[in-house]
Amino acid sequence: MSDIAARPHLRTRPGLRLSATTVIAPLAAVAFVVTALATGEQAQLSWTGISGLLERMVALGIVSIGQTLVILAGSIDLSVAHLISVAAVLSSWVMQGDPGRILEAVAAVFAVCAVVGLVNGLLVARLAVNPLIATLGTGLILKGLLSTSFDNFAGAVAPQFQFFAYGSIGPLPISLLTLLILALAASLMLRRTVFGAHLYAVGGNAAGARLAGIRTERVVVAGHILCSLLAGVTGLYLAARLGSGAPWVGKDGLYDLESIAVAVIGGTFLTGGRGGVAGTLAGVFLFAVLDSAFTMIGIDPFFQQILRGVIVVAAVAAYTFRTKAHVG
Amino acid sequence: MSALHLKSDAKSRWRALLRVNPVFPVLILLMAGIAYYNPNFLEPAGLMNFLRRAAPLAVLTCGQLFVLITGGFDLSAGALVTLTVIGASLITMGDPAMAWPAIGVLYAIALAVGTANGLIVHRLKVPSIITTLGMLLFLNGTARAWSGGSPRGYLPENFRAFGRFVWHGVPGVQILPIAVLVLAAVVAVAAWLLHGTNFGKLALAIGDNARSAELAGVPVGPLRVAAFVLSSLSAVTAGILLGGFAGVSLGAGDGMDLEAIAAAVIGGTRLLGGRGTVAGALAGALTLYALFTLLNLLGLPQPVRESVQGVILIAAAAAAWRQRRQA
Repeated sequence: MSDIAARPHLRTRPGLRLSATTVIAPLAAVAFVVTALATGEQAQLSWTGISGLLERMVALGIVSIGQTLVILAGSIDLSVAHLISVAAVLSSWVMQGDPGRILEAVAAVFAVCAVVGLVNGLLVARLAVNPLIATLGTGLILKGLLSTSFDNFAGAVAPQFQFFAYGSIGPLPISLLTLLILALAASLMLRRTVFGAHLYAVGGNAAGARLAGIRTERVVVAGHILCSLLAGVTGLYLAARLGSGAPWVGKDGLYDLESIAVAVIGGTFLTGGRGGVAGTLAGVFLFAVLDSAFTMIGIDPFFQQILRGVIVVAAVAAYTFRTKAHVG
Repeated sequence: MSALHLKSDAKSRWRALLRVNPVFPVLILLMAGIAYYNPNFLEPAGLMNFLRRAAPLAVLTCGQLFVLITGGFDLSAGALVTLTVIGASLITMGDPAMAWPAIGVLYAIALAVGTANGLIVHRLKVPSIITTLGMLLFLNGTARAWSGGSPRGYLPENFRAFGRFVWHGVPGVQILPIAVLVLAAVVAVAAWLLHGTNFGKLALAIGDNARSAELAGVPVGPLRVAAFVLSSLSAVTAGILLGGFAGVSLGAGDGMDLEAIAAAVIGGTRLLGGRGTVAGALAGALTLYALFTLLNLLGLPQPVRESVQGVILIAAAAAAWRQRRQA
């Protein structure tokens, strides 16, 4: 990646990719304001409208933070979509509408997610299975297990649990607050802790990191466990929002591919070692603005999908096209 | 001393055995398993029908192989299969006279899609996962917009013949489906391109190390575009075959790209490029399809098939790595 040296704007501190965050987020914000004014939807510019826009970020945002962590470590996770479904179904199935079992359900979800993350991490780090194949495999296993046991909405979350999706503290929705806290925690972890530095080191140069005495396997496994836990939080959020979990909520949301797309749009390198959470959130914000702007303009959903495809590629191309090296 | 000798001898023989592509014994094992539950399977007619059913996935895998060995991925192939089925029904509207023009249009679309994928990856340096994911969204959106969300119309018989027509009473094999001929032709062309031409060797070189290949004078850009075009052409071919026995639906090709990548990996293709054979890819696709068939015979529901596919996929990738390390 010798070309990086010639592009000083990309040489920023880890965790903060100026190129992505400072360009994409303001552009998306301007696009949102212009669309709202042009379509006469001034209501969208009130706090209700804006917090509604930001709430669109929560589900994709939380899982994308996790995806960013594993991509930074040089891995990737395609199993998150099915894991989100598992978490959503498991939580509402365990709860069965009983507020007394909220704790039980959340614990069950996190336990399952931790195990899945552990398996993913061990497959990638210990058995050296290509991460795309390993997590595609575990994703298929989860999907199979889930659809043999459930074929529709299962159980229901407790009404109190829906507070996670619909409640707010003052003007700030709880869900948005959760996203902000998790993003801040991840960002601090990446920038201020030894583990964060190790994630960058392993993703940037695994052999070098090992020679420097870093236990690379543990770092990759820990990254995968964190990613799976965050997918679990997204699953819990979706269950709280829908009132119940269904086996298709994760896959239908395209959370696997979209979480990778927003991380890359946000300036995280798929090869690992470069990028950060702030850029990823900018990517998630862009997606939220697109959704909301398409709805305001009234573009039909099929054409929305076409535009989405074009915008994903264009957003990444906007800063990769000067790269000299070949990409995979 | 002699005991030591024996031991190392056995060890080297064991190693030689491990160097055989493990997909072949696995395929034989699976086919034996199918034959156990369905004795007719080993009749020529049974095998031909198996090959006919497996043909779309096998064709798709042969195309995907070229993108994989140059170090990329084509996640848009399944969406192109869907677009082929939808587009064919909308262009022909059941009129047999429109079958050939439709096929022409579809291959033109394939050419455009493959070229766009290749140029975006090579010129704009967008990683192929993201490029073809964008293309997947684009093609799925196009298929839905084109059909208005609910596909109508049907495919004329002469279009469906590619996937469905079977000659009876053919000496030696009893029956001969057109799909098997198409598969044989695709495999022959792919094997010739990859193993018999400079194009194949250069493609492998790019996958191994694109920078050094370029410094050695390999035209990296045109070759990568060609690889994506081959994948798209194979996707349309697979879609035409699939149209013969599957209905016209918006989910016709869903997930087939990942199945093709899985099949190629099971057949010993290395992800991120530099290694892979057509024989292995074909065997990988047949193995995956034989597995589906066997699980079906065992009466296992669709979801279990997916779980087993996941396990096999991980096992194959892990085995391939062990084999490489020992070689």
